[in-house]
Amino acid sequence: MTTVFALVDCNNFYVSCERVFDPKLCGKPVIVLSNNDGCAISRSNEAKALGIKMGVPVFQIRDLIKANGVEVYSSNYALYGDMSQRVMQTLAEFTPDIEIYSIDEAFSDLAGFTRCDLTNYGHQIRYKTRKWTGIPVSIGIAETKTLAKIANRVAKKSKKASGVLDLTSFPYKDRALEKTKVEDVWGIGPAYNRFLKENGIRNALQLRNADDKLIKQRMGIVGTRLIHELRGVPCYCLEQCPPPKKGITVSRSFKHVIETLNELEEAVATYVTIGAEKLRKEHSVSGVLMIFVMTNRFKRQNQYFNLKTLKLPVSTSDTSELIHYAHLGLKEIYRKGCLYKKAGVMFNNLVPENQIQSNLFDVRDRNRSMKLMAALDNINIKMGSSTLKYAAVGLRQNQGWKTMFEHRSQSYTTNWNQLLEVR
Amino acid sequence: METRITAIYHPEVKKQCERPLFMVPVTAGFPSPAEDYIEGKLDLNKYLIRHPAATFFVRVTGESMINAGIHPGDILIVDRAIEPGDKNVVIAAIDGEFMVKRIRMIQGKVFLMPENENFKPLKIENEMNFEVWGVVTNLIHRL
Repeated sequence: MTTVFALVDCNNFYVSCERVFDPKLCGKPVIVLSNNDGCAISRSNEAKALGIKMGVPVFQIRDLIKANGVEVYSSNYALYGDMSQRVMQTLAEFTPDIEIYSIDEAFSDLAGFTRCDLTNYGHQIRYKTRKWTGIPVSIGIAETKTLAKIANRVAKKSKKASGVLDLTSFPYKDRALEKTKVEDVWGIGPAYNRFLKENGIRNALQLRNADDKLIKQRMGIVGTRLIHELRGVPCYCLEQCPPPKKGITVSRSFKHVIETLNELEEAVATYVTIGAEKLRKEHSVSGVLMIFVMTNRFKRQNQYFNLKTLKLPVSTSDTSELIHYAHLGLKEIYRKGCLYKKAGVMFNNLVPENQIQSNLFDVRDRNRSMKLMAALDNINIKMGSSTLKYAAVGLRQNQGWKTMFEHRSQSYTTNWNQLLEVR
Repeated sequence: METRITAIYHPEVKKQCERPLFMVPVTAGFPSPAEDYIEGKLDLNKYLIRHPAATFFVRVTGESMINAGIHPGDILIVDRAIEPGDKNVVIAAIDGEFMVKRIRMIQGKVFLMPENENFKPLKIENEMNFEVWGVVTNLIHRL
């Protein structure tokens, strides 16, 4: 049986979400910024045309923004998360076999639809998603996921395709591969890119026709799978239930630089609280905790970065216990006199909470801690997040490390007080 | 005619459809005659929303549709999946502005009709940037 995958990718997703609720933004250059209004992470086509690159820090393009009237938005993840769910729900109307690959991408298994005109079917998906949710999507269709990714790229760029490209029936398949740079192929990182270029392999077509032995020798099984996928032999199938997470990271850059240990402790305790909540939601516990701090990498003075890894005596998801260890680690890496711009915590060695390896010398009442955390989570779910919190996160208003969202739009779909208004 | 109430239902506004608790004691005595007639509870979400992925809530601020019973502060349930037809109440976007109006399609021309004498109908011209954002299916009005 032949396999057919469609990769559905939302165009400029965050900007498109903002446009659904503010049609004035259509046709204008619009960008959405990362946490703390740091970098441009989503750009309308008009903004791309102005030369605004992905990930560029906003302070570097201040003049460009002013001169061209670029509309600037802080990220509004409540809105984007809800809109993403709506897009995925709409896609599931066409085939229940979908893999949600990221907030704005999904693979659909279309193997059962090979009797239909797949291009036409793709246009139906595109039309319905746009109509139901307001979000424009591009669709790439091919025999393997890797080829579907390439088809999607071409569909997005080519005017002729108008958003849908079916590579299974495309007469210019080799041309499409030739036009795709090797670093734009799914799974090719900087290291592989360098190796391939050194061997004269610059585009997807050359990679597809590359010598099996060479690829296997230097890129191992991953590389072998990759060239098979490019040849139309599927090596990756649809993953409908996401694999359990390997680690959880919570990190933010601060609104203002901060100097004191006390403020850093508050920030780190806050990130631990968020991370521990995520751990418990997934019924996991963490065995290794990492804490890092860094100064502003865009300023020249007194640069500092340090990271501390702590092996926990017993794997845990207890907020108070994790804050305790995070603060121990933080004290070891805190250096006086530095202006800190960012901190973060990472939870690693995650295991399911029912498989905790106990410790002979453990003095904590684990049962009690579990119950306490369950009660804490219940209250915060019912009464709103951070209704109940540890004092370690700090109680002052205007904490200098708090994340900044100065240009955030309303939570149109998740808050009764912020609905779209009509006259 | 006099307004009469013909039936009263218990609303169930929670998302999940919980089974009702059996209030009938199992001890001896006369069993409740209602016991065999329990049919679950009523879910307002199911009643009001046909396409969850395409349904949005929108708040009214103006008075242009007051004769249609649409008041400032009301919440409209808007379904984007429905094709707008003549006489539907719709959310329209015109040149970047949202409004709620009744849409009329007469001899190939499109009009947006207010339902308040103080407002004028609007004829859609070619040069206008016009889009029907969604069709209003229900109105939530607090008394």
